[in-house]
Amino acid sequence: MSQPIKLPKWVDVGVIPALNILAALAVSALVILSLGENPIEALDVMLYGAFGYDEAIGYTLYYTTNFIFTGLAVAVAFHAGLFNIGGEGQAYIGGLGVGLVILALDGLLPWYALLPLAMLGAAVFGGIWAAVPGWLQAYRGSHIVITTIMFNFIASALMVYLLVNVMIKPGQMSPESREFAESAWLPMAHQMFAVIGIDVSRSPLNLSFVLALIASVLVAIFIWRTRWGYAIRTVGRNETAAIYAGIDPKKTIFWTMALSGMLAGMVGINEIMGVQHKLLLNFTAGYGFTGIAVALMGRNHPIGIVLASLLFGTLYQGGAELDFEFEQITRDMVIVIQGFIILFSGALAYMFNPLVARLIGRLMPARG
Amino acid sequence: MTSDHQQSMAGGGEPPAIELKGISKSFGPVQANRNVTLRVMPGTIHGIVGENGAGKSTLMSILYGFYHADAGEILVDGTPVTIASSRAAIDLGIGMVHQHFMLVDTMSVLDNVMLGSEGGALLDKGERAARAELARLSRDYGLTVEPDALVGDLSVGQQQRVEILKALIRGCRILVLDEPTGVLTPQEADRLFEILDALRERGVTIILITHKLREILAATDSVSVMRLGEMVAHRKTPKTSAEELAELMVGRKVLLRVDKPEPKIGETILQADNVTVTDAQDVDRVKAVSFTVHAGEIVGIAGVAGNGQSELLQALAGIQRLSGGSFSINGTRTVSAATPYNPHEARGLGIAHVPEDRHHMGLVTAFPAHENHILGHQDWDQYNNGLLLDREAAIADCAAEMERYDVRPPNPHLPAASFSGGNQQKLVLARELETEPKLLLVGQPTRGVDIGAIEFIHNTLVAMRDQGAAVLLVSVELEEIMSLSDRILVMSDGRIVGEMMAADADPQRIGLMMANISEDDAPQGSPEGDKAA
Repeated sequence: MSQPIKLPKWVDVGVIPALNILAALAVSALVILSLGENPIEALDVMLYGAFGYDEAIGYTLYYTTNFIFTGLAVAVAFHAGLFNIGGEGQAYIGGLGVGLVILALDGLLPWYALLPLAMLGAAVFGGIWAAVPGWLQAYRGSHIVITTIMFNFIASALMVYLLVNVMIKPGQMSPESREFAESAWLPMAHQMFAVIGIDVSRSPLNLSFVLALIASVLVAIFIWRTRWGYAIRTVGRNETAAIYAGIDPKKTIFWTMALSGMLAGMVGINEIMGVQHKLLLNFTAGYGFTGIAVALMGRNHPIGIVLASLLFGTLYQGGAELDFEFEQITRDMVIVIQGFIILFSGALAYMFNPLVARLIGRLMPARG
Repeated sequence: MTSDHQQSMAGGGEPPAIELKGISKSFGPVQANRNVTLRVMPGTIHGIVGENGAGKSTLMSILYGFYHADAGEILVDGTPVTIASSRAAIDLGIGMVHQHFMLVDTMSVLDNVMLGSEGGALLDKGERAARAELARLSRDYGLTVEPDALVGDLSVGQQQRVEILKALIRGCRILVLDEPTGVLTPQEADRLFEILDALRERGVTIILITHKLREILAATDSVSVMRLGEMVAHRKTPKTSAEELAELMVGRKVLLRVDKPEPKIGETILQADNVTVTDAQDVDRVKAVSFTVHAGEIVGIAGVAGNGQSELLQALAGIQRLSGGSFSINGTRTVSAATPYNPHEARGLGIAHVPEDRHHMGLVTAFPAHENHILGHQDWDQYNNGLLLDREAAIADCAAEMERYDVRPPNPHLPAASFSGGNQQKLVLARELETEPKLLLVGQPTRGVDIGAIEFIHNTLVAMRDQGAAVLLVSVELEEIMSLSDRILVMSDGRIVGEMMAADADPQRIGLMMANISEDDAPQGSPEGDKAA
């Protein structure tokens, strides 16, 4: 592992990611060009599709919400030096926790009373789904990357079993639970705006977005301003020093993974309690995996993660429009663009560093 | 090792083997070498001394083709050359023995020596040639190594010989050795200097980089001193002294001996009874070791690295578990395999630990200084404000300690990695001594630390002892052990093989003990002890 070149902070967190995204978009433009379509027009359509009208914005932010949760989950684990690839499964099982809580109580309690319980359900279920691989890593040396991937498959199989055989609504073909009582649904953005007299169109955006932003702030405080976050970062940076400091790396790994899984589980609040209002299959739709790219791009910092989530939300939402507008472009184009963005801001994250370092060296000759 | 061989260096018209003229090199704003001039005469041993960061390594890296000088000229045998890569350096007959060996442990000596000069797709021919060459070299220079032994099985001294052989077999006439004795016993170091002597006799030019002035004085013909990137002096070795060289290196008068008052020995703080530590491979690293450390004394543990001192220190600090025996702290807490403690509890009992390896244990180098300042104290009330860490308290505390310990630059926000070795060590010391410990465990306190800081660190340790702390010092620097300790224990192969008062100690005797060759049972030198390290 070669040392990345040291750059001023604003370059590292501002200029470099922007350059990476531009490079990804440039390459994507070439692909669109080779399909015989106009890339400028495509960008225009995509941006309009993501931000052009309030329903579009609602969708964009709804996707953003999921990415923030899964991105935070990956980032927290990463600070302890752990690569949690299992956000997908943890989100899935977290959703199960949400569903079980609401199915049990939805007639009895209103949404605001249910929300803390549903969040607890998401945290416990998602947390356990990550803590088991964490335990295996800490005490048995099973590699976390392998076990979390395996747990994604287990989650998937478990959910199919439960929905097909146990939780399916009687007399129904599709493997879904019954719909929750409407009193248990999280308030939608358009409903909340209506209360203060602003009229916005209906979209899946709901209160979870606010929860995601709050979670980002809490994670930032936790990681950088508490002794537990300090312990996590110490273990991640230098396990030997952690032991020396009286920090138990094994316990730290276990609890960090649990926390990571709890955050991923919150996707269930947005999807199950906020949008779908029932348990169903595959509601995680790859958000857990995209969270890895989000965390990578956001440099594992909550501010970066919120911004990266917005970018990926834009791609998800705006990309869908591409499909409608252009004959030659299908929905898969979004995956291609995403792929390039992940390639340039993840795998090739430091590609532009030498170039920028030289440029800066020329523009700002040796200070001090 | 004296003037008998100097006839070769006189030869009036002969050009220097290496001549550097006006070499400058900067990394960003840091000027590592400034207008450096150096003349090394053929067939001599030329020493280069200087503090860490004085630019010795950069200069040698330029000579070996790792870096390009921004300005200046290199002449080999009087001819100007450009050295673009280490390959070019090798072709010019320049060889380098690095401080950390560049050997493949799992391959044989022969394979290692051939690496990079295999001589064709099939190894057969090259192997025969290399074997013959090895035989010749070992005959000529006394560089005996078994060609088919695995490098990983050799002792450190032998591995170093393999490095030298590697250079010679590539036709090297100018050999650069970077801190070659750091890992050797005194006896092994003496063997090395005999080999260097033999090489010189046959016309090989040797550049010796070291910070040990004793070695410079014993082994070299001439010496150059670097300070802050510049060459500040050239001396003929017989015409200089350790005091003069130290002063040239640091730029001011330096006290090489530690002045300390008589110890005021107090009650027993640490009592170890048959302490045994077993590693993950089920090998006993510390074997039934018993000793005591009292308040107000410094007990030094001498030994070649890897003979159990590290494990002993870590066991006492609560990092490694005991597998047998016990030790008691202050007569109150007894720690054994059945009643272990951890570093957290150890700190609570008034134990401070300056670990041997500050990069891997004592610091999180990516963290800023103020976060390193609370390492191990992160749970303390003074650094916490309810749920949150009190960053301001940590920063203020760190800044105050940096002032007291003269850490430069005194900026608590800089990452620990950006401080020099000496300043990093002061950061660790500041943190550990802040607690006014009853028992201070110190490992290699001055490893990679420059002379100016060494003086400060030694004085600080003595001050701790005078305030009544019990100090247990582990160091591979025999001089350090001898000058700081009140009492000396010698460890070899996990056992304490000797104990003496510092006043009665002499380096030759301790050296023999370190190698586990005591006068009475000489043939029993344990092979395992040789391999470790």
